[in-house]
Amino acid sequence: MTGPETMTELRGVGIGLGVAQGPVARMAEPLPAPKDAPSERSVDEESSRVREAVSAVARELEERGNTAGGAARDVLEAQAMMAEDPTLEAEVDTRLQAGKTGEWAVYDAFASFREQLTALGGYLGERAADLDDVAQRVIARLRGVAAPGIPDPGHPFVLVAKDLAPADTALLDLDKVLALITTEGGPTSHTAILAREKSIVAVVGAAHAASLTEGETVIVDAAANLVVTSPSDDELARALTRAADRAAAASAPLTPGALADGTAVPLLANLGKPGGASEAVELGAEGVGLFRTEFLFLSSSSAPTVEEQRTAYTELLAAFPGKKVVVRVLDAGADKPLPFLNDAHEENPALGLRGLRALRASEDILREQLTALAEADAATRRSPEGPADLWVMAPMVSTVEETEYFVSLAKDYGLKTAGVMVEVPSSALLADRIFRHADFASIGTNDLTQYTLAADRLLGSVASFQDPWHPAVLRLVREVGAAGAAAGKPVGICGEAAADPLLAVVLVGLGATTLSMAPTALADVRATLLTHTLDDARRIAEAALAADGAATAREAATAAASSQKAAEQ
Amino acid sequence: MPQITRTVRIGSSHGLHARPAKLFAQAAKDSGIPVTIAKDAGAPVNAASILGVIALGLDQGDYVTLSADGANAEATVDALAELLTTDHDAA
Repeated sequence: MTGPETMTELRGVGIGLGVAQGPVARMAEPLPAPKDAPSERSVDEESSRVREAVSAVARELEERGNTAGGAARDVLEAQAMMAEDPTLEAEVDTRLQAGKTGEWAVYDAFASFREQLTALGGYLGERAADLDDVAQRVIARLRGVAAPGIPDPGHPFVLVAKDLAPADTALLDLDKVLALITTEGGPTSHTAILAREKSIVAVVGAAHAASLTEGETVIVDAAANLVVTSPSDDELARALTRAADRAAAASAPLTPGALADGTAVPLLANLGKPGGASEAVELGAEGVGLFRTEFLFLSSSSAPTVEEQRTAYTELLAAFPGKKVVVRVLDAGADKPLPFLNDAHEENPALGLRGLRALRASEDILREQLTALAEADAATRRSPEGPADLWVMAPMVSTVEETEYFVSLAKDYGLKTAGVMVEVPSSALLADRIFRHADFASIGTNDLTQYTLAADRLLGSVASFQDPWHPAVLRLVREVGAAGAAAGKPVGICGEAAADPLLAVVLVGLGATTLSMAPTALADVRATLLTHTLDDARRIAEAALAADGAATAREAATAAASSQKAAEQ
Repeated sequence: MPQITRTVRIGSSHGLHARPAKLFAQAAKDSGIPVTIAKDAGAPVNAASILGVIALGLDQGDYVTLSADGANAEATVDALAELLTTDHDAA
């Protein structure tokens, strides 16, 4: 069944520029709930089936725990104990005695515990997911079907899934995963974020990948946005060569970000913790374009003290002597609720009291954060290799007045460079006026896309709208780029969009002066920028802007980029 | 054989969640005798049941009462009390 005549291509959205090949392993879908029908077996038969299934699942979980080691081992061992829990066994027995099937007895007994855990909330509520996983495994065993979740075929594989949840990705053995294919989810899905972070070749949102069968060999070509099924030997060999070339490029010298004509485009890192600094520096980050400060706040029930914050910021600044570090003040709201900031229920958290709006309502927290940042700046001023260049910015700024408020407050604390994030269309449209106050702007493409397309980022049913290639988003970026150029002020990009190599070229063509991304995305973006001049980038951007939608914008940019390359050869 | 009962305070700074709960339930199970644990004046649950133990929602400083019946009840309660009062999260 090989040969070019049977070859087909499944289109999706490639993450990065990689290519990989290997056998497919599918992630089984969650099982439908068993029906509450009377059992046709005797109570003894049912209870021995359940005992066998429970014990097999417990042994399998223990074995996986032994292989995994570390924190995963504790979780898996706890799950093994849940499977054989005596209280649960008693609950199951009660249902079996009443003539229920093993499947339904297990399902219903687990569900009753699940409710108890969920009612306790918080950390315990999250354990409900562990319990669900155990229940699904036992029921799958009783039915004689594959357990849902990450497959383990015993050899490296191309994982095909609907979309990966954070819990799945935590259990994923990345050494075994050759590539990822999802049938749902877009470029900002969890799968895409994981792929970028870990440099895994991925094609997401390839709806037709649902037809792939277990074990068939595919080529996953992220650069071409497709999955090739039934590839010929020739295609497999070419993909292998490309993968090797790319591995060589990844170890290429870490030059500063620049276009083919030498135009500098500093490449910065998005960081969520000071600890990520060394990896970012190793991968050639020329500074930090977005430092998220949420980590200091999300795990605590009260705001961290100025001292705690100062320690963390000092560690960060000390890691980037002589380099730019852009720190974003706390970005929280009803979608990332903090009890001390805003715990009011909101119907539309994305449109609610979040970002700078929430900080303004609890100004003490903002003032403390600015105090700690100014102190950390002072503490690292005398670094022998030169102090870091600290910039601060506010999230979710939607008016000129908010810009003025934040910038003047930051300056009151002696912070010399203060700017705003452009995530709301109103800020992009009035960027010229925003720049009268702000020293710089940084475009958060994820939120800008969500607000421009009026599609909740967290809602799967509208995920297809969440594509930063949409010409409406690009046009807003152009507004900000033009306003920045007129004011002689920098315009950064710090959303997922900057990590998409071709889109990064488009963004530079629209006037972005720096790009910030997950550190693992730096190599691909660096390599792609080097193949286009500023004029090329503008031309490619024009092609994308002229399209009707996100997919056609991407195609138009791809065509413009390759015709320019062809002309050179 | 007399029933052994002892009341202790939870030492783990994050309460008796996940890992400490697993260690505790495992130890109770390994003892081979019936052991129960109750929070304050609440109903006792099987100490060998990780789900029962987790569902108590124990936090640091909570008082719990252990009861064991049978051979080695004294030593079992000693060992389990030790596990409960140790701060497993401090390590």
